[in-house]
Amino acid sequence: MARIFAYIVHKSGVPDDTAAELPVAARKIDPTQPCTAIVTGWGADLDRVCESLRGSYSEIWKIAKEPLAYPNAALVRKALLSVVPAGSIVLVPHAHFGVDLSPGLSIRMDAAYLPDVVDIEGVEADWLKAVRQEFGGQVSAHMRCNLSTGAVLNIRPGAFRPSEGPAAAGQIVDKTADVGALTARRRYLETAAAEMGDVDIAKEPVLISIGRGIGEQENIAIAEDLAEAMGAAVSCSRPVVDAKWMDKSRQVGSSGQTVRPKVYLACGISGSFQHLAGIKGNPFIVAINKNPKAPIFRVAEVGIVDDLLEFLPALAARVREESCVPGKERQRS
Amino acid sequence: MEILVCIKRVPDTSENEIQIEGAGTDIARDDLVYSVNEPDNYAVEEALQIVGRTGGSVTVVTVGGEEDEEVLRREMAMGATRGVLISDDSFQGSDGRGIAAILKAFVQRGHYDLILTGVQADGGCAQVGGMLAALLDYPFASLVTSIEVLEGRKLKIGREIEGGGKEINAIDLPCVLSIQTGINEPRYVGMRGIRQIASVPIPTLGAAELGVETELVGAIAAKVKRTGYFVPAAGKGAEMLAGSREEVVEKLMDLLKAKGGLN
Amino acid sequence: MQESIDSIAGAWFWLIRGRDLFLFLHLLGLACFGYIVTRRLTPLLRAQRDFRFDRPLARLGKVLQFWLAQWRHPRYRFAGTIHILIFAGFLLLASRAFAVLAMGISDRFAGESGGLYSAIRDYASTVVFLCMAIAIVRRLAFAPARYGRRSADAIFLLALIAILMAADGAFEGSLAAFHARQGGAAMLLPPLSLPWLFKAVFASATLMALVNLHLGAYLTHEVTFFFLLCYRPFGIQFHVETSLFAIYFSKLDRGTVKPVRWGVADEQLDAVPSFGVKKIEDFTWKHLLDFYSCADCGRCADHCPANAAGRPLSPRALSIKTRDYLFRHYPVFGASTDGMPLAGGLYSEDELWSCTTCGACEAECPLLVEYIDKIVDLRRGLVDDGKAPQALHKPLKSLESRGNPFGKMEKKRADWAQGAVRILNGGGSADTLYFVDSITSYDDRIQSIGRATARILASLGENFGILGAKERDSGHDVRRFGEEMLFQALRDHNAENIRASGVRRIVTADPHAYNALKHDYKDMPRVEHVSQAIARAVSTGQIRLNAVENGVFTYHDPCYLGRHNGIYDDPREVLDAIPGLHRVEMPRCRDRSFCCGGGGLALFYEAKEEQRMGVLRVRMAADAGASVVVTACPFCMVNIEDAIKVAGLEGQMTAIDLAELVDRQMVVGHASACPV
Repeated sequence: MARIFAYIVHKSGVPDDTAAELPVAARKIDPTQPCTAIVTGWGADLDRVCESLRGSYSEIWKIAKEPLAYPNAALVRKALLSVVPAGSIVLVPHAHFGVDLSPGLSIRMDAAYLPDVVDIEGVEADWLKAVRQEFGGQVSAHMRCNLSTGAVLNIRPGAFRPSEGPAAAGQIVDKTADVGALTARRRYLETAAAEMGDVDIAKEPVLISIGRGIGEQENIAIAEDLAEAMGAAVSCSRPVVDAKWMDKSRQVGSSGQTVRPKVYLACGISGSFQHLAGIKGNPFIVAINKNPKAPIFRVAEVGIVDDLLEFLPALAARVREESCVPGKERQRS
Repeated sequence: MEILVCIKRVPDTSENEIQIEGAGTDIARDDLVYSVNEPDNYAVEEALQIVGRTGGSVTVVTVGGEEDEEVLRREMAMGATRGVLISDDSFQGSDGRGIAAILKAFVQRGHYDLILTGVQADGGCAQVGGMLAALLDYPFASLVTSIEVLEGRKLKIGREIEGGGKEINAIDLPCVLSIQTGINEPRYVGMRGIRQIASVPIPTLGAAELGVETELVGAIAAKVKRTGYFVPAAGKGAEMLAGSREEVVEKLMDLLKAKGGLN
Repeated sequence: MQESIDSIAGAWFWLIRGRDLFLFLHLLGLACFGYIVTRRLTPLLRAQRDFRFDRPLARLGKVLQFWLAQWRHPRYRFAGTIHILIFAGFLLLASRAFAVLAMGISDRFAGESGGLYSAIRDYASTVVFLCMAIAIVRRLAFAPARYGRRSADAIFLLALIAILMAADGAFEGSLAAFHARQGGAAMLLPPLSLPWLFKAVFASATLMALVNLHLGAYLTHEVTFFFLLCYRPFGIQFHVETSLFAIYFSKLDRGTVKPVRWGVADEQLDAVPSFGVKKIEDFTWKHLLDFYSCADCGRCADHCPANAAGRPLSPRALSIKTRDYLFRHYPVFGASTDGMPLAGGLYSEDELWSCTTCGACEAECPLLVEYIDKIVDLRRGLVDDGKAPQALHKPLKSLESRGNPFGKMEKKRADWAQGAVRILNGGGSADTLYFVDSITSYDDRIQSIGRATARILASLGENFGILGAKERDSGHDVRRFGEEMLFQALRDHNAENIRASGVRRIVTADPHAYNALKHDYKDMPRVEHVSQAIARAVSTGQIRLNAVENGVFTYHDPCYLGRHNGIYDDPREVLDAIPGLHRVEMPRCRDRSFCCGGGGLALFYEAKEEQRMGVLRVRMAADAGASVVVTACPFCMVNIEDAIKVAGLEGQMTAIDLAELVDRQMVVGHASACPV
């Protein structure tokens, strides 16, 4: 069995949550070997990341080069190709950086590529058995991936829950010397920060989140009304922003904001993983959707099959009743 | 500027409920409506806007069969000058790398300054663009949300990153970019436009004409295979609240109070 | 000296003889007018064809009704009356005007006085003068909102007409005063007429002064007359000349939309290089004539629901700015000064998409100016250029692939009927087709209208069925939103299936479908709206209705049932046949009904507006004291129910469809019960 590496995504000296998830996936591929972390970067931030990985990885390969201070996929690829042995298996989180890096990396490694893996079922001869999703998450697919010349596997963030294992007492191995000069025909210039809107949904404890099911821009008022009644804020999924009905600063998801509310009402949201990736901290998720088969019902704690355009006003009215008569004992019918 | 856009015909999933057929070898396709993959449509619109500023033309290409011609025609009705269908029995069962190899052979027959794909299609793999770039040894960027043409065979592009920010890069031509939805507002293609294209011939190229390396394509060469579809066991899932709307609202009120959702 | 007062032609005006001066002036004036009119005609000659020369008798009928009898004018009582008086005055004074002109050239036309015609014409000019005065005061001090801010030019023209009348009055009056002073045969002037008043005013003037006044009045009259004649084609007063033609050539075929190009059959449309209106010459000549004819009265804008809702559309403004554009692009003097594009330049795209095609503007316009065809043509141009609003892309695509704008599956189109309605399969299986259309088939709320309609038809013993999955959207609003080829595809599919079903009659509860089947589709069996069938059954006693206990009901006329198709009474008769039903009428009812917000694709379009049209409408219902709004259109139902919530009237007002109400109140047992 080839060696398994985990590419660590990090920011400002802190590793991404996926750094703890990749070893779980690796163990499902090959429980007998520990997986090696690979971290690229520069300076104090990189050092901090490597330190914090000691607990979860027994070996951490560090590549410190100034051009890698910002993760440019073209440069990272070159760096990885210099150190990763042929035929290896490389795990990368399937997110903004992963889709930039992995396809080309797999070609250069002459390895197989399996993107957005949600489960690993085992290895049979040279073939990895894994699970992916297709058609926006509506169906799952059994996949087989040939490992004989190595593989790059993009792992879906959050699909493999980190488990409490023994501390790994990781060794940091500096591989910088093995990497030559790094230039590429794609050069990072700068990052334009997302515009701050009027409401910072990342700080809100209760979110009423709307998706495509809201139907029309005018119906957003229904969600805003409920939010007002509950003292909450309105957030949304990607299609609402694409249609230009709400500002991008209200978008919850991997390409939007990451939120950590206590309570999250997902109204008319199907539950794509990109959206769910923006919800952290295990909040109380209530899903309201007309379609009983919507994927959101798999992750929500409470599900309501109803027309949100009817349900939300009914809920808002009830909430207002409550706040008008504090402490009154309610009669149950 | 000569731009090539690689497009794909996919089932329209927004209103379609995807069901698995029988044993699970495929999804039920009888009632499905197909259209061009949405990110690909944004890519064609972007290409048209670029050549509208710089001059040149847009070519659209797809790998598939006769039924895939309709998306080529739709994008030609939108304004693409040329549509090409790449089709051969030996291509069946290709994995992403196989498709990329086929497209690479096509790209090398022509001369393109810029190649665009949509960020991902119905499989959600988001792979062909990056693989094609690596096979051609072109620079690549994914999730592109803005393109500005600079002097000296360069582009300034914006990429979508976590948290809604935008990563600005400079990239040399020729290159491959995968385009994210929302980059522009695609123009409308009416029935009339499609009818006008209906009689334009669309050349079909097979393996022989392309000179594609057969070791890389088709089911035999595929390193990734799908063995079947399934619907995962529900697992715990959500507790579904039942009853009349009033009853459900009451139950939800209790839960919200308990979880601190009401201020 | 004495002769000259009776002869203008012979009189001396400074150094020129009257005959020479006025021959010159008349010819100059006519030549200028002729030149100006020729220049104004130029764009019409370059415009698209319009087939308006058929059915001359029907057209003459319209001229008699709308031009001569000023049929539309009394809809605004005060202004209408004033205008009728002015118009009548102008007609009566027509021959007087020519007589006065001729007097300048030849003595044979020296005016007679004392006859009946003289009295009539003297009073006519007095009335016109008074009307001018009233109109000027009204514009200055009491102008209604619809007049806008263009008063300076309007007042100038009103004043000129007043001067024209006064000059004629002074001309007569000075002559009469002269004769009176001279002691000759007294001219009988009708008391309190302008000439009579002038005669009184001039009573003490010298003979010399009177001659000068007389000649001066004539000269003033002539100059003013020709100035007005040549000035009118530069503004709204051009309608004086063009109105006769605008009304003669006005549209005879209600309810339908003009073809993409007159004279080009559907099969030949693929060869047409460009659809719709993109430049000014893409309009037909009649539409350009309409722009010239707009009198800027503002009645259309006053009734336009889009305008009331704060959308960027005002029909009158559209006409006037296009007219101004024509004036700049085809000027009388000099070179063209304007190359602005139309859609996206002269008109904003939002402006053009804001229209719900309700027809309120066309119902008000006294000049029968057409708006819907123009807006549809402009939309066709936008769609041809790929500029359909983003919000419409998805429903249009769904209409193309699934035959309905919701993207729902074709095979589920008949699910609303729950298996209880027959699906027609091939010829001869039923007499009547119930054409359901998309919203009634797929919308959860509106499906109950479909079921109610089916139950009613069953109780009437109708042998009917539906097309089921073979039915596509009627395409009515697809056409009006400018996607003509998609409309034709839907139409052709439906028409083929309707013919194949062998039915002899079509019934629908959807006024948009009704209008499409009746006017947009060709060679269809006769079409009826369900309210007509119910009204018939109610009047013959075939249906009996139970009493209602409470509620104040008002009927909202759907645009495509009422205004476009004239069906106002049948639904009201049905309501009035329900015992105990207390019905009130909203002031804006019948052909002045206020659009609910529009149907078909209008439901998907995101308009920039201050208020929803539906909200304005339910407030009207509330103001009329109604607690139940009855309507007979599924789109009205969607908009009004929505508006009741948005307006905060939930609990105080409900909406119900006529079919639902009849279904609810129907005494069961008259015919076969239908388990739908």
